[in-house]
Amino acid sequence: MNQQSGAPLLGELALSIASGAIRVVDLTHTLDPDFPVIILPPEFGQCARFRMEEISAYDHRGPAWKWHNFTCSEHTGTHFDAPAHWISGRDLPNNSVDTIPVEQFIGPACVIDCSQGAAADEDFELTPEVIQAWEAEHGEIPAGAWVLMRTDWSRRRGAEYLNMREDGPHSPGPTPEGIRFLIEQRDIRGFGTETVGTDAGQGNHYTPPFPAHFYLHGAGKLGLQCLNNLWELPPTGAMLIATPLKIKQGTGSPLRVIALVG
Amino acid sequence: MTDPLSRPPKKDPQVRTRVPTRPSHFRSRAALGIAAAAAEGRFMLQVCEDCGAVQYPPRDACASCLSVALPWRDVSPKGRLIAETTVRTSTSIYFRERTPWRIGTIKLEAGPSVMAHVHGDLAPDGEARVVSMLDKSGQGVLFAIPPDMTPNMEDDPQMREMTCDPKFRRVLITDARNENAPALAQALADAGASMIFVGEAESWRPYPHRAALAAIPNVDILPMDVTDTASVVELCGEIGGKTDILINNARFVRPGGILDRADVGFAREEMEVNYFGLLRLAQAFGPAMRGRGADGDNSAAAWVNILSVNAWSNSPDYGLFSASSAAALSLSQNLRADLWDGGVRVLNVFTGPTEDEWHQPLPPPKVAPAAIARALVAGLKDGLEDVYVGDVAKDLIDRWRAGPKILEREMMENRGASS
Repeated sequence: MNQQSGAPLLGELALSIASGAIRVVDLTHTLDPDFPVIILPPEFGQCARFRMEEISAYDHRGPAWKWHNFTCSEHTGTHFDAPAHWISGRDLPNNSVDTIPVEQFIGPACVIDCSQGAAADEDFELTPEVIQAWEAEHGEIPAGAWVLMRTDWSRRRGAEYLNMREDGPHSPGPTPEGIRFLIEQRDIRGFGTETVGTDAGQGNHYTPPFPAHFYLHGAGKLGLQCLNNLWELPPTGAMLIATPLKIKQGTGSPLRVIALVG
Repeated sequence: MTDPLSRPPKKDPQVRTRVPTRPSHFRSRAALGIAAAAAEGRFMLQVCEDCGAVQYPPRDACASCLSVALPWRDVSPKGRLIAETTVRTSTSIYFRERTPWRIGTIKLEAGPSVMAHVHGDLAPDGEARVVSMLDKSGQGVLFAIPPDMTPNMEDDPQMREMTCDPKFRRVLITDARNENAPALAQALADAGASMIFVGEAESWRPYPHRAALAAIPNVDILPMDVTDTASVVELCGEIGGKTDILINNARFVRPGGILDRADVGFAREEMEVNYFGLLRLAQAFGPAMRGRGADGDNSAAAWVNILSVNAWSNSPDYGLFSASSAAALSLSQNLRADLWDGGVRVLNVFTGPTEDEWHQPLPPPKVAPAAIARALVAGLKDGLEDVYVGDVAKDLIDRWRAGPKILEREMMENRGASS
C-alpha cells in the first residue's frame, strides 16, 4: 500500500482512535517484582526477576526529581521472543529484536478461545483439530496473522499461575502438530499466549521439546507470552501492536502490547 | 532462684520509647582481650609467658616479673565471692536506670581477685564461676554466676542485660524458603520467642517445608524477598518496630570458582542475596532496632547472620560463594559498629558445608539445620558475637588464627577433595 492510498485510511484510523470508535486494549501485565518468571532446573542460569531501586525521590539524593533503576531479563513479564531466542533460529538473518523489520511488529490478530478447554484441563493442547474447528466458525487464518491462544490463564494468581508441581509446571499450549500447522499451512507472523511461555507447561516432554519455541523461531516467527486481557479481543478483526525495545542483539524484550479493537 | 520473667505488657503508645544508654565503653587496648574472649563465650585472662602469673586487671607488663609477654589464655573460671555490694545510685545514666545493681570481688583459684557483676542467685561467700560477657556497650565485663544452674537463672535482670535471650522476644527469620527455616523457628519457639515472623519470597513458587514451618507455634509467614528493596521496606514498615531479634538466614550458594563458571550470573545472585540482601535488611530494620535497644524486657537485642566460615578463607571449590560471604562478613562488622550505639548485638554464626542439595557431593561432616539452630539459640542466650558450628568451622578458624597464609595454601591443596 503506497503512501498516497494509505494516508486517508490512516487518518481515518487515527481519528477513530481519538473518538473512541476504535478502542485501544492493553494486553500487558504490570512489571511487578512479584510477577512469576519461568523456572528452570536450579543448576541452569535463571531468568532475572523485575527489580527496581530508587535513585532519588525528591530528596537529598536528587531534590526535585524521582527516578529508578530497574533490572530484569529480556524474558521478564509480558515479553517478546525473537527468533534468536532459540537454537533453531540462531542462524537466521535479522533474528534479534534490533534487526527485525519494524513492520513485523504490527499485524492482524486471530484469537483462538481455548478458555473452556483450559478450565477443564490444565494441560489443554492446541491441536490442528482445535484450530480447524475455530476456522470453521471464524474463517481461515490469514497469512501474516498474530495467532493468540486465549486460555484465561492470566486471571490466575500466585502459585496457580506457573502451577508448578514435582513433575514440573502444568499449563496449556500447542502440540508440535498444532504449531507446525500454523507455521506451515497458515504462515503466521507469530504466536502469543497468556502463560509464562509459548509452550505448554509440560512442553519439555514433546518431540521436539518446547515445539512452539523450536518451530516458531526456526521459521523466523515471533513469540509473545504473559499476555493479559485476551478476553477483550474479538476472534478476528483486531490489530496487534507489539514493539520490543531495540536491544542490541537482544533475544527478546519486555514490552507494552496493545490491540486496536473496532 | 530467680523470679521468672513475666510476659512483657503491651507497649503504652503514650510513653516515649526509652533511649538506649550505655555503660562506660572506654578500655585500654590490653583490656579489649576480655571482649574478644566474651565474643566467643570463653573465659580468658593474660598469663605471663615467663613466670606463669595470671594477670588481672589486663596490663602491658607482668605484675610479678615485668615481662611484656602476656598472651591471653583460657583459665579456670572457678572462684569464691569474697566481697559484695549493691549499688543503689550511680553517676552513670545507664546504671541509674537499672539500680539496684550487685557487684563483688571474686577470688579466682587461678590466682587473682577480680571485680565482677554478680548474679542474684550467687550466695554470699559462695562458690562462683566467672564468665566473660559483653555488656550493652559491647565491651567485655566479668560476671560471677553460681557454679551450677539455678531455676530461671537466665531471667536475672543483670544477666538479661548481657544476653540476647529470645524468651518473650519477637523474632524475624528472613527466608522461609531456606531449608533451615523450620529448625530455626522451632528452636526459637522452644526458647520462648513470643512471635516468630518469617519472610517468604516468591509465594508463587511452592517449596517442600512450608506446611511444617507454618505449623510451628507463633509462626507468621509474611511476604519479603531480600533481593527486592520495596518488599523489605514494606515488611519493615509493618513489623520493624517490634522486631527484637533479626535472623538473616537468606543465602544463595552455587558450587564453583572463577574458572568453573562462564559468566557473572550466579555470582551476581550470590552478591544480591548474601551481600546486598544483608545491606537492604540493615538499612530498613537497623534504625528501628538501634532505637529500641532499651525498650523494656522485649527490647531489640540482636541481629544474627548465618555465614559461611569460608568468609575467612576462600574455598576454591565454592570460590565465588566464599567471596560473597567475605563481603557479608565485612558488612556485618560495619553493622556491628552501627548498632553499637543502641546496645544491639550482631551475632555471626559461622558454618562449614551444610547438609543440603548444594553440598550434596561433599563428604561428611556437614552441618544439619538443627545444629545451626541449636548453636544460634545458645549464642543468643550467652550473648555472643561469634559462634562456630561444627568441626569444619571450628577447625578452619583455629587454622586461620594460627596463620592465614598457611591456611590459604591448605585450601588450595584441598581443592577437589569433595569430588
